[in-house]
This record gives sequence, C-alpha cells and structure tokens, in this order.
Amino acid sequence: MSASALTMMIIAIVIIGGGLLVSAVTLMTHPDEPED
Amino acid sequence: MTTRETWGTRAGFILAAAGSAIGLGNIWRFPGEAYQYGGGAFLLPYLFAILTAGIPLLLLEYTIGRKYRLGPPSSFRSLYRPAEGIGWWQNAIAFFLATFYAVIIAWALSYMFFSPSLAWGDDAGAFFGVEYLQAGEPLDFFEYRPAMLGALAAVWAVVLLIMAGGVRKGLELANRICIPLLLVLFGIVVVRALTLEGAVDGLNAFFTPRWDKIGDPEIWLAAYAQVFFSLSIGMGTMIAYSSYLRRNSELSTTAVTVGFANSSFELLAGIGVFSVLGFMSSDAGVPIDQLVGTGGGVAFVTFPTILSQMPGGAFVGVLFFATLVVAGITSLISMVIVPFSSFEDRFGWSRKKSVLVLGLPMAAFSLLIYPTANGSSMVDAVDFAVSGYGLVLGGLATIVLAFATGKIKALAAEANRTSMLKLGNVWYACLALTAAVLVFTLYKSIQGQIADLSDPAVANELIYINWGVGGAMILFGAIMTAVLWRRPLPQRAADESVAETV
Repeated sequence: MSASALTMMIIAIVIIGGGLLVSAVTLMTHPDEPED
Repeated sequence: MTTRETWGTRAGFILAAAGSAIGLGNIWRFPGEAYQYGGGAFLLPYLFAILTAGIPLLLLEYTIGRKYRLGPPSSFRSLYRPAEGIGWWQNAIAFFLATFYAVIIAWALSYMFFSPSLAWGDDAGAFFGVEYLQAGEPLDFFEYRPAMLGALAAVWAVVLLIMAGGVRKGLELANRICIPLLLVLFGIVVVRALTLEGAVDGLNAFFTPRWDKIGDPEIWLAAYAQVFFSLSIGMGTMIAYSSYLRRNSELSTTAVTVGFANSSFELLAGIGVFSVLGFMSSDAGVPIDQLVGTGGGVAFVTFPTILSQMPGGAFVGVLFFATLVVAGITSLISMVIVPFSSFEDRFGWSRKKSVLVLGLPMAAFSLLIYPTANGSSMVDAVDFAVSGYGLVLGGLATIVLAFATGKIKALAAEANRTSMLKLGNVWYACLALTAAVLVFTLYKSIQGQIADLSDPAVANELIYINWGVGGAMILFGAIMTAVLWRRPLPQRAADESVAETV
C-alpha cells in the first residue's frame, strides 16, 4: 500500500473511529439525570 | 391528558438513530462518492461537513423532538402554527421514500436467495435487468413481476410486525438485534474482502489523496450532500424518534455518537467495497475507475459479477445481501415511524390502528406500484422527487423556521439543559452555513432537471412524474394544515412544552 494512502487510512480511522469511541465512553460515564 | 411511550434506554435510542442513518446508501453511495471526489482528499471536506452540518442539524431535530414530544406536524405547529404543513409534507416524503426503499430491500432479499447458486451466471447485468426486473418501458404500469412481488410482501410483513410492537418492544428491540447482527455480517464480508488478491490496489485507489481536487467547490458540495443524505435528516425521522426520548435525556454527545457511528460504518463500507473492486481489477484486468459507481448497479450488477469470480463468492454473497436487508430494514422502520407518530399524536390513534389504517395502505401502495415492468423507472423518478428536492427542502425549512420564529435560542437553551456540549454561536453559524449549502444544492438540482428536459436521452415522462410527486407532497401538507387549523394539539401529562403559538 502506498505511504500516502496508508497515512490517509490511518488518519481517517483514528479521527472517525476515535470520535465514536470518545463520545460513546463519555456517554457511558455520564448517565441521564432522573426524571423529575 | 395522554402519556407517551419512551425509549427504554439511552443505548436503545442511539442504536435506533444509528440504524436509521446506516442504510443502503452508506454501502454503495459513500465509496463511489469518495473515489469520484478526490479519494483520501475527500475525507477532509467530509469530516468538515459532518461537524458543521450533519451533527448540528441532527441536534436541531433532536431538540425539537424532545422539547415538544410530538410527531413532526405537531412539533412544527408548536414552533409556529402555520408550519404544521411542513410536518405533513415530511409525512408525504417519508411515505414515498418508504414505499420505494422497501423495493430495494426486496431486491436484496431476492439476491440473498440467488447467492448460494450464483444464479446470475456470467452476465449479472442481463440477469438483473432482463430476468429479474424484466424491465419494460417507463409507462408500463401494473405488469407485475411475481418474484419481486413476493419479496416485497415479505419485507412489508416484517416492517409492520416491528411497528406493531411499539417503541420498546418493536423499534428498540429490532434495532438491538439488527445493529449487532449488521456489524457481524458486514465485518465478515470486509475481513474476507481484505484477504483477496488485489485488495491493496483497491485500498490505494480509495485512500490515495488527490489534493488537486480539494479547491474544487464541487467536492465540498458532494461532501455536504453525502453527510446530509446519509444521516436521515430533513424528513422528520429524527424529530419522531427523539419525541420518544425522556425529558432529561442527553442530546449533544448523543448526536455526536450517532454521527460518528454512521461515518464509521461508511468508512468500513469503503474499505470493504474497494478491496473487492481491487480484486476484480486485478483478476479481470479492468481499471478500478470503470468498476466504481454510486447507484444500485454496484450492488446488483458489479458485486454479483465479482462474487462469481471470487473464491467463496456464494457465501460472501449471502452475507453481503443479508447486510443490505438488515441495514435497509432498520432505516425503513425509521421512515414509517414518521406518519405513525404524526397521526397517533394528532388524532389519538393507537399503534394497532396505525398499523391497520396507515401501515397496510403504505404496503399496498408499494406492492401496487413498484414490483412491475416499470418498477425500476418509478423508483428512479420518485427517488429524485424525494431525495433530490424533498429532503433538502425539509432540512432547509427546519433551519429557516427555527431562526425566523426567533425560537433558536430557546431551542439551544432546551438542549443545553441536559447536554454535555453546550450549544451557542458556533451552532447557529453551522446551521446558517448548512442552510446556504442546501439552497445552493437545490438550485443545482433544479438547474440540472431543466437541462435534462432538452436532453433526448432523458425520458421527460419521468421528470413530469417527479415534479407531480413533488407537487402532490406540498399540496398534501397545505390541505392537512387547513383541515386541522382549528383542532387543538393534545395535552400531555407532565409536559409543559406543548403550547399553541402563532
């Protein structure tokens, strides 16, 4: 695989997959407040 | 006073919203668009569009849905009384979209059963057009194709069964089963694709950035269009889904999670599809750019051709078309919920009544119009009326309404009440930018169709059907608004936000 393609693939996976992971973990550690 | 069913868990809502966004378009549209508009370089405007348009607009629809806890027409009426028509118009969009989307799922279901024997033989194009669709002229109505009819009836039976279960035992349960299943099925397809000879060539084609394209406005417009069409925004789906949220549900990080889940699946689809195209290119000596496409032809012609030549192609075919069926079903139920929630809220219908009075006629319309000799032409004509104009106008109308009524700050405050990421000036700016992009997209669509009218290669009848469907949807919205003008909105227990405004 060419260096430029490999670099773009890694960047895409890190940003998109990382974004999903961080947001999912953030949600899991912050439960909704109970209903009034 | 009435009470409203809610999602059982936050995860249930996220899976359902992601299931709605992850659909057929992710698998065949995104890889082709990315390749056409700069390969790896496309990912930059694509990411920019997710952050500046996709997630902000998702958040706007989530906030409207959770604030008013009503289906789209009643939610829009709560924002501004004459705007109820926008919600009914979105009902018409969801209706038409659902009726033809089910047809494509039916095609995938048929192909799932064709895969074990690789029934398309050496000429997948002829098999699809001549043997399966038996495509005729654009105006050959009511000449039915039994194989397609049976598959379509099966799809609608499953969908109506899910809908009959309500929010928790229907939508939530279905998505809790389907989304993990989807990931497993497609994961196996991608792993198999990556181990094929020539897969690296495909990945090179997909990811190699062509930076010379980055300054082209068209690539940015394509990125916004991809994000917009793939996130199920603009047709009331997300308003309907979020209307079943609890009042203290988190919104902003939820929207970010759904947006990135959708993009992660698109990226996975790109890797899988291009690995397979790389194999085909290497095996048959056909350049990759001649194999890439953005329409159903990729799934029903190019892929079957490749499966015939691939070791284990029959097994991969079953998994691939099963993936399309599962992804399609989770999206289809999110379209059907729009009219269900709208009529249940406005007329106090039970879910059972909605299935009988709305669901069955939707299925009947779909079965009457599409599994016919001109079915694929009708799919194209209605598709453009709905996704070429309807979704764009729906998204635009939602943004304009939020700003023009002066409610945008109240909506931000409503979202901020429970959100981890606070909304403010950046959100307003993103929505304004999105509105500008949508206006330009609409202008380009109209300009393209006017040019098509004088093109002898384009069937004018289909353009007129397209405009007829568009006009009928707007008329429906206007009539429903007039008929229901004096009918008050339902009063909901412990819900302070339902209020008439003019």
